[in-house]
Amino acid sequence: MAKYLFRILRFNPARDEKPYFQEFSYEASEKDSVLDALRSIRDNLDPTLAFRYSCREAVCGACGMVINGQITLACRTILESLKSQVVVIEPLPNFEIQKDLMVDMTPFWKALREIKPFLHPQPEIPEKGYRIEEKQMERIYQFINCILCGCCYSACPVVARGQGYLGPAALAKLYRFVEDPRDKRSFSSWAKVDRPDGVWACDTVFRCHEVCPKNVRPADGIEGLRRKLVVEKIKRLFKKEP
Amino acid sequence: MVEHDIVIVGGGLAGLSAALNAAPGLDIAVISKVHPLRSHSVAAQGGINAALGNHPEGRDDSWERHAFDTIKGSDYLADQTAAELLCQQAIPMLYELEHLGVPFSRFPGGVIAQRPFGGAGFPRTCYAADRTGLVLLHTLYEQTLSKDVHFYEEWLVTNLVVRDGRCYGLVAYDLQSGEIIPIKARAVIFATGGYGRVYQKSTNALINFGSGIGLAYRAGIPLKDMEFVQFHPTSLYGKNILITEGARGEGGYLINNQGKRFMADYAPSAMELAPRDIVARAIQTEIQKGRGFEGEYVYLDLRHLGKEKIMKRLPGIREICLYFGGLDPIEEPIPIQPAQHYSMGGIDVNEKAASPVEGFYAAGECSCVSVHGANRLGGNSLLEAVVFGKIAGLSASEYVQESQGEDRAARLVNEAAAQLKERINQWLSKESRGNVYQLFHRLKKIMMEKVGIFREKGPLAEALEEIGELRHRYHQLALRSDCLQFCQELVTMMEFEYMLDIAEVITKGALAREETRGSHFRLDFPRRDDQNWLKHTIAEFTPKGPRLTYRPVKITRYQPQERKY
Repeated sequence: MAKYLFRILRFNPARDEKPYFQEFSYEASEKDSVLDALRSIRDNLDPTLAFRYSCREAVCGACGMVINGQITLACRTILESLKSQVVVIEPLPNFEIQKDLMVDMTPFWKALREIKPFLHPQPEIPEKGYRIEEKQMERIYQFINCILCGCCYSACPVVARGQGYLGPAALAKLYRFVEDPRDKRSFSSWAKVDRPDGVWACDTVFRCHEVCPKNVRPADGIEGLRRKLVVEKIKRLFKKEP
Repeated sequence: MVEHDIVIVGGGLAGLSAALNAAPGLDIAVISKVHPLRSHSVAAQGGINAALGNHPEGRDDSWERHAFDTIKGSDYLADQTAAELLCQQAIPMLYELEHLGVPFSRFPGGVIAQRPFGGAGFPRTCYAADRTGLVLLHTLYEQTLSKDVHFYEEWLVTNLVVRDGRCYGLVAYDLQSGEIIPIKARAVIFATGGYGRVYQKSTNALINFGSGIGLAYRAGIPLKDMEFVQFHPTSLYGKNILITEGARGEGGYLINNQGKRFMADYAPSAMELAPRDIVARAIQTEIQKGRGFEGEYVYLDLRHLGKEKIMKRLPGIREICLYFGGLDPIEEPIPIQPAQHYSMGGIDVNEKAASPVEGFYAAGECSCVSVHGANRLGGNSLLEAVVFGKIAGLSASEYVQESQGEDRAARLVNEAAAQLKERINQWLSKESRGNVYQLFHRLKKIMMEKVGIFREKGPLAEALEEIGELRHRYHQLALRSDCLQFCQELVTMMEFEYMLDIAEVITKGALAREETRGSHFRLDFPRRDDQNWLKHTIAEFTPKGPRLTYRPVKITRYQPQERKY
């Protein structure tokens, strides 16, 4: 049993003027995660502590938060790995706090909706399924690992500047569809991201790569979109108008 | 008051499949207690079954073979007409999913890849590496964004409003505002998932309380075959995170402390790929006979598969082992033990996903059609969720288009909401004698110890009594929180009562069923008894506890035979 001191950011906008830290001590069993600790604190010490979670196995994306300064998932952060007896927990930045560790992800979901994240099929769908080689899908496989937890959005310095940037996850998702051999969306429909606050806004400082709990590299997708835009525009320059 | 034509409760695979297939032009809403992408479907790993015949060893596969395997796997408790429907629909459904954009893994030649799974005569489990649930859930959710579906996220449905055999709507708790909302609906579809967290050791998401099943039961809708609880053979020791059956499908071995592949003693021809009930019991037996490790687990050994296969086909399993088990399955065997995984039983519905109550439908794990009978085969639950989710969407649409709304609906849902508000006010005003979380932890322990893999009259009867005591203590509880916004204690208070109901129905059904069938193993009645027990258990709510009746199994062409693997 190891003893930890948790310093958790508390904020109830309905009652509190500003956020504050509250301390709890926690006796941990081996391999306990930060999520295990938070649940135990809520169950035994303070029933009002609010935070999100679901799968507890790093696949649902519900429990993103800041743990000792690192943006990550609480379920996958094993206490021992922190190498510190003090654990400071804060909500994800770049979002409004709803209560304690819960944040309002509305702008994140809005960005996702904006890139139309669904297959635009070709007019003739093959009756028994498409024939696609694994090789053709390899480029998009890393993006399929994305669990839409919002960690990248939270870490992104461009999002922090607050000028309506779609953010890393949504753009990477767009690339996942544009590169899917089954997707036939028109160039003009997705080229809407060809704007200063679209793909060109990314600073390519790769904070999103650092924090992604699923080893996705969203900026690969953003750079992929940029390349495709340039190639497509050059092609169009040389194409004769009808 | 909120009002829609069809209200779907649950944003997992079954719910989204219903939403996508509801008739265009109808006003459709999905209510979920979490964001839909946080639903437990996301955690499914190994795959989804359909007799596509893409595997070189699966050329002779057919939906009939799939149906036979499903029925034999169910220990002949599945309704054969339902299993046939499921397996027939599987093939067009897989192509439908593919066309929606699901990125399935591929075989050379470009067709959807398939792998062997437990209890299946041919390799027929289609997959996307070991993240099949993730890709299915994300694809269906993203598809709903192209449609006009209204989502209510983080709303917990707390009551179902039924009068005179007809469903009028719901009551829900909106976590963000803290309000209690009456909801009028012409038809309601429940796709609320399983109750895994009624058990101490479960592979399920932490949110799987099963309250949907409980509140349908309280509203007078019968539950079916609830005593059949699936324990997955391989959950990671310590955290009980699922290690997919696909790991054995790809060739993994189960090893005891003598270094022996012990499945040879239990299922000599299927070995590690026997159905889950058989493998889970074999592992538990090895552990109990002292042939496990630390008296708690055995090993799942993947090392001989080699790094490349593990990295390509089971990358998620490797990640889980690295982060949650502190080991690399390329180098070390994985310590595993059985854990509760799935509910074969559920809300009693027919092959149209319709319940005996007009306007009320259910699909997916919360429902029982029944296609899984006494034991579900791996790869059939994702399939059931999408196929019967779709059927529920179509059936409910048809009902709404052909029926009339009733004037009293608004009054009835408002009354139900007022009653709940009154109850919450009482919880807020009185002093709590106890802590709901402590009762919850106690319940999970009772169920694990006394209503688990091996069952017996004495412990089952004790469990029933202890559940009664917990119910008594529950009634002395009140809220310790005083703010209703995002009040997780209130969520637990409301869901826990339904968990008690579910636990009681499981236990009472298990005590009554004096035979062994599929997942239900009675030490005191270790044989299947077709003469007396080839029938479904139907449990109906009464204020004095569940009333059990029985219904014959529908048998078409597969006569019950001894189940050997």
